[in-house]
Amino acid sequence: MAEGMTGLVHKYLRHEKKFPHIWCPGCGNGIVLGSLIRAVDRLGLDKNRVALVSGIGCSGRMTTYADFNTLHTPHGRALTYATGLKLSREDLTVIVIMGDGDATAIGGNHYIHAARRNVDMTAIIVNNQVYGMTGGQYSPTTPYGARTTTTPYGMVEHAFDISALAVAADASYVARCTVYHAALLDQLIESAIRKRGFSSVEVLSNCHTQFGRRNRMASPVKMLEWFKENAVRMHATSKMKPEELEGKFIIGVLADSERPSYNEEYEKVRERAKGNGVPKPPVRCEG
Amino acid sequence: MSDGSKEGKVQLLQGNEALAEGAIAAGCRFFAGYPITPASEIAEHMALRLPALGGTFIQMEDEIASMGAVIGASLAGLKAMTATSGPGFSLMQENIGFACMAETPCVVVDVMRGGPSTGLPTLASQGDVMQARWGTHGDHPVIVLAVSSVRDCFEIAVFAFNLAEKYRVPVIILSDEVVAHTRETFVLPRRGEIEVVDRLKPTVPPEWYRPYEDTGTGVPPMAAFGDGYRHHVTGLTHDERGFPTQRSDEIDALMRRLFRKITQGFHEIQRVEGFMIEDAEIAVIAYGSVARSARRAVVEAREHGVKAGLLQLITLFPFPRRHVEKVLRQCRAVLVPEMNIGQISREVKRVHRDSSRVESLNRVDGRLITPGEISDCLIRMYY
Repeated sequence: MAEGMTGLVHKYLRHEKKFPHIWCPGCGNGIVLGSLIRAVDRLGLDKNRVALVSGIGCSGRMTTYADFNTLHTPHGRALTYATGLKLSREDLTVIVIMGDGDATAIGGNHYIHAARRNVDMTAIIVNNQVYGMTGGQYSPTTPYGARTTTTPYGMVEHAFDISALAVAADASYVARCTVYHAALLDQLIESAIRKRGFSSVEVLSNCHTQFGRRNRMASPVKMLEWFKENAVRMHATSKMKPEELEGKFIIGVLADSERPSYNEEYEKVRERAKGNGVPKPPVRCEG
Repeated sequence: MSDGSKEGKVQLLQGNEALAEGAIAAGCRFFAGYPITPASEIAEHMALRLPALGGTFIQMEDEIASMGAVIGASLAGLKAMTATSGPGFSLMQENIGFACMAETPCVVVDVMRGGPSTGLPTLASQGDVMQARWGTHGDHPVIVLAVSSVRDCFEIAVFAFNLAEKYRVPVIILSDEVVAHTRETFVLPRRGEIEVVDRLKPTVPPEWYRPYEDTGTGVPPMAAFGDGYRHHVTGLTHDERGFPTQRSDEIDALMRRLFRKITQGFHEIQRVEGFMIEDAEIAVIAYGSVARSARRAVVEAREHGVKAGLLQLITLFPFPRRHVEKVLRQCRAVLVPEMNIGQISREVKRVHRDSSRVESLNRVDGRLITPGEISDCLIRMYY
């Protein structure tokens, strides 16, 4: 058996029929998949107990290639299917892969509610700031002023900050990274999977084909340089002024807290329903 | 300690509660839903009953999410259900299509109310019949069942789960506001008295498992996530292993199998109930709450010397053509009363070959069609 990354490829990817993959040469999706596999391997998870759920788009195809229990759902709905899975089989480690359109446009409501509800699962959002598979239309995370096929005169809407949404919705763990910072990404995904409750890892990824080409970054290298030059580590932000952070990507762990997951809370509901003396939670409705 | 079950005891239940009890008796252990009139009591009853049984109830952020969670639960091996009304049913269609394509058993209840749009939340209608048949995009068969009484709600819920599990399809139960909120006494059957069907699981070693393999029945065995049969489930058109395909031979085989598995089961899927139909010369074909009015109307018409009978459709789709054709051949006139402008009557007219007269009686004002209206019609048509 081969060692290192080649060994991991053999262990975690489906080799028959499903390769070559559909991604463009240099696509960031491969880096995210690599990090995911390394994280799962480091955690020593049993492949039979991992469920990988995806939505629609280039990132959605990740489930076809990875050798877990895989589920490729309709656009934006991955988190809802994952919720049903996790609540029905506690022993599954549920990981959800979404694009920026999946998570913040068509599935935005599911995303904030999954975070609020705190079901024990990990959402990885591959944010390439564009709808790549459908031909490069603008997404809710396309930067102001950017050119896309549906903003030929420049983007005039303001971008969503995906991770800030998750923090506001009280997700237990929120992190951001870029595909340039692959080593950090490995660690963040590992911590996110380990976290009880809802964890979210946003990964800025390059779509040089659809986004870069129209925004003076027509190669993977140029886009990775953009990530490298504009990423700021979370711990470094305290010394920076707001204007210095303009247009930067803050990477690292943005939120990390402990509260019981939905699964744990619901177990108490079951005990209460059986009359096993678990008290109801206190009513907290003071104005 | 009790699990809350009242088996074998006389109960005063409303249709919605009986439906929830039927689902539980059939083995349903997961419910996801979103509040909507007139279906909410189903969710409330499940929230009360499921946790003690080790099951899960969850109220999702909308009906789209509810249907998604139900499919997720089913893929994890549980029997799962959601319940809604017209507007929510519209939102669920995309995911119902996924369940058809990925062959995920589940039960979807639509307690019909007046529409279109917000319509008449608290009044009855049968306007969603064709939405149940054709609501999703794409070409696929569907199983739709209609309930007409509290007893029906329980029994049809069990029947729906059995069909869903056996054929690996979403099964839609059409209820309506009248059935949902009518209270009747009813003896909950004991566990042993109910036939419960569970999905077929694979028995081959995991490396031999082909999740969408064609079998004699057209229904492949289904492994749950976590059972050791790692496989791929997608809404994309797929090959026997579940992987996306664009090969015409694989696409054609899948699409035809999805139809064939239902066609082969017509004999047990298509359920109807005859009432005084054996010697009838004039028949009512009805379903849902209207079928109860029709039952009474038939008795009244007989009192006036009209040899009337009722064919109650429990299965609306696949349309029970053979049963309907028999009635059309036997009777010189057929009346189809419906709380819409004519959805099932159109199906009846579609299969009839000018052998008899088909008339429809329609109400779209939110009120139930009364026995008197139907019997008046029968008497007029008969003489």
